[in-house]
Amino acid sequence: MTINPELTISFSSTHRLQWEEAQQKDVILYPEGMVELNQPSAEILKLCDGTRTAPQIITVLEEKFSESNLTNDVNSFLEDALKNGWIQQS
Amino acid sequence: MAGSNNHNITPPRWLLAELTYKCPLQCPYCSNPLDYTKHNAEISTEDWKRVLSQARKMGAVPLGFSGGEPLTRQDLPELVHHARQLGYYSNLITYGYGLTEEKIIQLKQAGLDHIQISIQASSQELNDHIAGTESYETKKQVAHLVKKHGYPMVLCVVIHRENIHQMPEILAMAEELGADYLELANTQYYGWAHKNRDLLMPSKEQFDKAEAIAQAYKEKVAGKMKIYYVIPDFHEDRPKACMNGWGTTFLTIAPDGVALPCHSARELPGLDCPNVTEYSIEEIWNKSKAFNFFRGTEWMKEPCRSCDEKEKDFGGCHCQAFILTGDMNNADPVCSKSPNHHIIEEALDSARKSALSENEQPLIFRNSKNSKKYS
Repeated sequence: MTINPELTISFSSTHRLQWEEAQQKDVILYPEGMVELNQPSAEILKLCDGTRTAPQIITVLEEKFSESNLTNDVNSFLEDALKNGWIQQS
Repeated sequence: MAGSNNHNITPPRWLLAELTYKCPLQCPYCSNPLDYTKHNAEISTEDWKRVLSQARKMGAVPLGFSGGEPLTRQDLPELVHHARQLGYYSNLITYGYGLTEEKIIQLKQAGLDHIQISIQASSQELNDHIAGTESYETKKQVAHLVKKHGYPMVLCVVIHRENIHQMPEILAMAEELGADYLELANTQYYGWAHKNRDLLMPSKEQFDKAEAIAQAYKEKVAGKMKIYYVIPDFHEDRPKACMNGWGTTFLTIAPDGVALPCHSARELPGLDCPNVTEYSIEEIWNKSKAFNFFRGTEWMKEPCRSCDEKEKDFGGCHCQAFILTGDMNNADPVCSKSPNHHIIEEALDSARKSALSENEQPLIFRNSKNSKKYS
């Protein structure tokens, strides 16, 4: 499974992304499990709202954190997220 | 409250709400206690709401509504709604019977996140025999409705000697029904299953064959259906890290409000498990004797005390140690280092003989008549 740069990315309708006050972390919830996210992963996933493609997500993050060259890191995370079923493309 | 300790106590993460012991099915491996008819009181809607609020405040996130059959509680939609407002990720663990389309929609609107349906076998005859009730066709219809309304669906099949030969058909059935997750749970031998062990325990050869089939199927459905294979610990030489460590992660509340560190802990003697009608979840979790009993490693005897794996499996399962050796402080006899390990060998041998015997005893079904007999 690879990310198609032409298509927008949305967060899975069968998973939930939520901030956990007790843990001071964002988590992904799904049947039989819970994944604790670090801050960069959570920032990427929050941008997967069905309006942006992968290159657009990268642009937003690079502007927000005044960084360049985030392309490889973000793409590799998105591919893992796709494999795990956290995000989808349509 | 009685207990005290200096351990670093982590907050409860998973909450299992056993709303009722009522269930029209009679599965002979039911995880409810044998004497469940003795504990037939049920706490009120307000009690459940308070429990949910208090546990959520401490950090619990995944929530299972279980039983018995939780759909027999009329206040289920109200509790689901309360849970959703608090931010829980909630799961309905049901056998599906009586789950109408109207109810499925109502629960979705209330905020239910997913549904787990148990099916006893891949054929109507065997399913209805094991369940002690005609329920196979209804369950299949319910599974279609659950998918139609956009829930992630978990299908749970408990595996034992009567259905283990159906593994290929069970896998195909789960795929056909559109399950997102398939839980293949080898029977754990507590309570009712312990009573029926000679009739339920498959042989090592049967386990190995079934597991190989399930593992191969994992590849086939990768990306479509996730398969969880719960291993049968009688065939292992190290025990499971029960409940991820006693009082570290899991909190179960029984129908009558008794708080349990694991859903079988009711069988253990002298724990004085506290009731939510008398104490807050915070008091129960942090201060009760029951929840502190097996925290840390001070309670351990040999061979656990000096074992270099004691932080890995925490001595295994205390309920299993109690049922099989009579002392819950013993190492889980599944461990090959346990001086009681021969009990496991004998159990396997006894099941093997029973399978070959010409006049096998009938299964003892989980119903109130039998429960009263064992109370």
